[in-house]
Amino acid sequence: MSEPVLVVENVVKEYGDQIKTRALDGVSLTLQVGELTALIGPSGSGKSTLLNIIGLLDKATSGRVVVAGQIAGDLDDRALTALRARALGFVFQFHHLLPAFTALENVMLPAWGERGLLTRQMRTDSEALLRDVGLADRMHYRATNLSGGQQQRVAIARALVRKPPLVLADEPTGNLDTASSDEVFALMRRFNHDLGTTFLVVTHDPRIAASCDRTVEMVDGKIVRDERHKP
Amino acid sequence: MPFEWFVALRYMRAARGQTVMILAAVSIGVSVLVFLSALIGGLQTSLIAKTLGSQPHVTLRMPREEARALVPAGDGTAIARVYEQRPQRLRSIDQWPTILADVETMAGVIAVSPSVTGAGFAVRAEAKSAIVIRGVDPDRFRAIIDVTARLTAGRFELDGDDVVIGAKLATELGVAVGDKLRIASSEGVDQVATIRGIFALGNENVDATWVLTSLRQAQALFGLPSGVTTIELKVAKVFEAERIATSLRERTGLRADSWMTVNAELLAGLSAQSSSKAMIQFFVIVAVALGIASVLIVSVVQKSREIGILRAVGTPARRILMVFLIQGGVLGVVGSILGSGLGALFSKLFEALMSDPSGAPKFPVQLDLSLFVWSTALAIGVGLLSAVIPARRASRLDPATAIRNV
Repeated sequence: MSEPVLVVENVVKEYGDQIKTRALDGVSLTLQVGELTALIGPSGSGKSTLLNIIGLLDKATSGRVVVAGQIAGDLDDRALTALRARALGFVFQFHHLLPAFTALENVMLPAWGERGLLTRQMRTDSEALLRDVGLADRMHYRATNLSGGQQQRVAIARALVRKPPLVLADEPTGNLDTASSDEVFALMRRFNHDLGTTFLVVTHDPRIAASCDRTVEMVDGKIVRDERHKP
Repeated sequence: MPFEWFVALRYMRAARGQTVMILAAVSIGVSVLVFLSALIGGLQTSLIAKTLGSQPHVTLRMPREEARALVPAGDGTAIARVYEQRPQRLRSIDQWPTILADVETMAGVIAVSPSVTGAGFAVRAEAKSAIVIRGVDPDRFRAIIDVTARLTAGRFELDGDDVVIGAKLATELGVAVGDKLRIASSEGVDQVATIRGIFALGNENVDATWVLTSLRQAQALFGLPSGVTTIELKVAKVFEAERIATSLRERTGLRADSWMTVNAELLAGLSAQSSSKAMIQFFVIVAVALGIASVLIVSVVQKSREIGILRAVGTPARRILMVFLIQGGVLGVVGSILGSGLGALFSKLFEALMSDPSGAPKFPVQLDLSLFVWSTALAIGVGLLSAVIPARRASRLDPATAIRNV
């Protein structure tokens, strides 16, 4: 079996100096390459905190996080940024596209920002991804001129453009109607299948959770259920 | 195109209204700097040119004759004494040809002219005027004060008994070129001279008193055969005059007065003018800097979430820093180019509108390349410096907080 793409071991996250609030209480989670996992739980259960720590946007109070074979706790800000660029893709609930840029530019920006200069390969890859998500005719539209579902498809293309081993999706369908939700999830499933990309999807939608390979449920900062679905 | 430039220019284009407003503010600020500098620079240059149009930059003459004590004071001896200032007589500079030759070779000196200068009277029929008789070598004197260019009639020739006199003196005495004039020196020698030319140097006192004659004739009038009373100099850089005068004083032992000591009040006025200009420029620069900084700070706040996303997807903090520094720099460059053009336009318009009846500008402006280079460099520097705080703030945004909170 290949090395897991993510290992979270006994992670604790506390906020506050005088009065401490424990958001994560000894969470352990391992994601294997190619898994599509749903992370569910009520609001305030620690899903977003865990996603931020896995996404190297926040640091754990204690515990160990290993992303694509690298221990996050040992890295400084510059190295964390580089690891984020190399190993992680993000899809947010509100897509968070940059409104001043076109769909194509939004997809090109992560690689462009990392390297500094735009290459022909970056453009070609971005165009191919936008075609893959069904937006061949919307590439040069400003993000603000696209529908919610289209914007989320651009966000998926942006998350995948550097072919990261792990994509973190924070309620990617939370703001979409059923038809658009199904389209977006189908896309993630397709890329998961075709590219072998691992997805960790935070969702409140039981249909989406049920369609994933695995469901991890959190309550009060702890994982209370972790089950794999039968194919 | 580099990522930083692409994002910076796109942000500026997207916030077009904001960009235009701050560019207008920077341009107006720079145009005020250019206009003010051109106007005050022009006024000062014109004032100095007018002042130096009728006087040498440095004048060498014999030191004042001091009264000497009859008994020298000894150690522990107090002598009560009363000095009377000695009357100053007209004296020739000792060894003046040697001094002249020496001064001519001095660095920074571009022209040297010996002269005999003394008081006298000009008499024409019933009219009598107090005058300053100046015996000069026309070729050398022309290099110090360009009389030829200021002639209103006749020629600047000083052969035999020729004289060239000031326009106001000519009016007072009612004389014209070709007329005869009786000149009497303070030494009691007089002679009849022929008026060859009339000049107007623009200095009322000079135009009302100066009578230029040949060196030889003045030597005869003042009883100084082969002597000269002053050696006059023109220097390459007018504000170096005092330094050169000090050096000449030490070198020759003569009295050396520069135009800067003779016109100390004018210099004090110019200095006050320059200080006022510097103060106004300082406040304009502060206003421009605050304008750029505040717009960029607002921009960072408005774009916090986008910055957070860029950071989250792997954009290094230094590129985010550069995005905002570039915006500051671009605002500075474009604002300074527009402002320089606008400032030059205002200056020329002001010069054209404010003219006297003869069409000559009342307020001459001085626009030169260094002014534009200086203003542009200043605006770019101010733009970049103003962008430092917002840029650092942007680059230090915590991506998770930025995405969550905004």
